[in-house]
Amino acid sequence: MPPLPTETLRARPSWRAHAPVVAVVALGGGAGAAARHAAALRWPTPADGFPWTTLGVNITGCAMIGVLMVVIAEARTAHPLVRPFFGTGLLGGFTTFSAYAVDGHTLLAGGGGGLALTYLAVTPLAALGAVWAAASATRHTLGRRAVATTQRTGGGPRGGTP
Amino acid sequence: MTWLLVVLGAMAGAALRHLTDHAVRARHGAVFPWGTLTVNVAGCLVLGLLTGAVAAGAAGPRLQLLLGTGLCGALTTYSTFSYETLRLAETGSVRHAAANVTASVAAGLGAVSAGAALADTLWA
Repeated sequence: MPPLPTETLRARPSWRAHAPVVAVVALGGGAGAAARHAAALRWPTPADGFPWTTLGVNITGCAMIGVLMVVIAEARTAHPLVRPFFGTGLLGGFTTFSAYAVDGHTLLAGGGGGLALTYLAVTPLAALGAVWAAASATRHTLGRRAVATTQRTGGGPRGGTP
Repeated sequence: MTWLLVVLGAMAGAALRHLTDHAVRARHGAVFPWGTLTVNVAGCLVLGLLTGAVAAGAAGPRLQLLLGTGLCGALTTYSTFSYETLRLAETGSVRHAAANVTASVAAGLGAVSAGAALADTLWA
């Protein structure tokens, strides 16, 4: 992910300065993977079946990171551990590239060429569509709210972003 | 126990992804997302190897949960991959964005094949 929220820490790249970030990334990653595992148990994919659950998990996680990154960018004072926990940890642990590639490989090896190519192409397209649509919708919503707040409070930067 | 294996593997995987990305970024800058590409391809290689090991009976369901669902699942990421691709496209590098998607998918599949082939050699 571009600019880490730890620029201030980067000048002093000691383990002690970096440890809280690594810790929240690990905690978020554990929680995200548990949620992915829960989805896999709730909606199991049959052998040689189309991996709907992994597709759904990846698209959902991509939409959520679209919302998160806009909210963090708009918020004036997001805590420096918010992005490592939710973005790098939780959503990074929830979504998975390795299962996507292995599922695609398994479909290809099983002779389902058309289905495999569909899965391999649809996932990145839907993921990009999801992150773009979610980011745009969030920007739009926050923009409208900021305008409404500015109008209510009679303008000025103090009434600005939520 | 099942959940513990997934969570422990994922905690290690997510931390490893963060540290790798940090190290790669320090060496190669932040223009092209080499860090995410690196962890995604590495995770595909390990999961390909593990899937082959499970198919050959050399690894059991516990190892699959710890290293597959947990470690590889959290070491690799689709959300950061998509977000970084969108950022590349939005900042005018549509070619880099397309290259990132193509390279990630091709290298990921190649790594899975390599891992599966290695598993075949080792355990079949």
